[in-house]
Amino acid sequence: MERVEVRQNVLKENDRIAAELRKDFERRGVLCLNIIASPGAGKTSLLEHTLQAFAGSRHKVAVLTGDIQTDRDAERLARFGFPARQITTGGTCHLDAAMVRRALADVSLDGADLLFIENVGNLVCPAAYDLGEAAKIVMLSVAEGDDKPLKYPSIFGRARLMLLHKVDLLPYTRFDLAAAKADARRVNPGIEIIETSCVGAPGLQAWLDWLERATGLKTGEWPPV
Amino acid sequence: MHELSIAQSLIESVRAEAAAHRGARVTRIGIRVGDLSGVQADALQFSFDVIVRGTDLERATLDIERVPLQQHCERCARDFAVIDYVLVCPDCGASTRTISGDELQMTYLELE
Repeated sequence: MERVEVRQNVLKENDRIAAELRKDFERRGVLCLNIIASPGAGKTSLLEHTLQAFAGSRHKVAVLTGDIQTDRDAERLARFGFPARQITTGGTCHLDAAMVRRALADVSLDGADLLFIENVGNLVCPAAYDLGEAAKIVMLSVAEGDDKPLKYPSIFGRARLMLLHKVDLLPYTRFDLAAAKADARRVNPGIEIIETSCVGAPGLQAWLDWLERATGLKTGEWPPV
Repeated sequence: MHELSIAQSLIESVRAEAAAHRGARVTRIGIRVGDLSGVQADALQFSFDVIVRGTDLERATLDIERVPLQQHCERCARDFAVIDYVLVCPDCGASTRTISGDELQMTYLELE
């Protein structure tokens, strides 16, 4: 019997592809954001409103959207004049770097400064896979319950930004906004938090301002999480 | 349930490593799974068993070592074990960095 020490990441191949993607995004000056949330949290509608706001602006955006089945999200997102491509995982509960690389073969990043990757709706599995993004963004809608940051620490711990979404629904839920924020900061003291709504107040201005600032940062000015 | 994909990646790495040792038979695979890795040990074991069934790895044992989350506080210059995923320093409340507990790492192979 022979014992061989190995010491390698199980997701070594994913991490290798992700590192290549990250280098390519940096070279092109594209800010890549990996958006992670439960199904129904509002990822696609947030992106629809974001793309609408950016249509005709100085920003050139591209979107990859992951789902287990259907092209519906890409259809919804393609209406704003920016390239949008569906990644259908056929059962897999997360996106991996190889899926992103394959999808990017069909999406032009020429001149783009922002790439959104909408992950498969899931707060667990997407956390483990690096997609080459500059930052992971976790979205939590107030319809889901304020205990999620402590229940899903691996994603809340790795995200740069938490979007507390659908806050217009607060009067109809028992969601404790202060508790959700405090818990997110307990698992991730450096996390930034923005309240958003696609329907009522406070709208998406703070999110759009955050994107404006983030796309203005040069490589290296973006501090690690 | 991404443990199936993880088990698949693990087995690819095991096979690549075994091939580098002239196709020796793998009897034991060591893996470290951090508490913050997002991977559940039971689900990983189950996925592994399903994938290796009927293959040359069928009788290989998967040795899963769970790694508790350990953080380091720069300000207090000390390490602490994390309870309930609270990552701020229990003494001074500052942000801390992870020393261990976020890994998903193949550590060793036993071959014959």
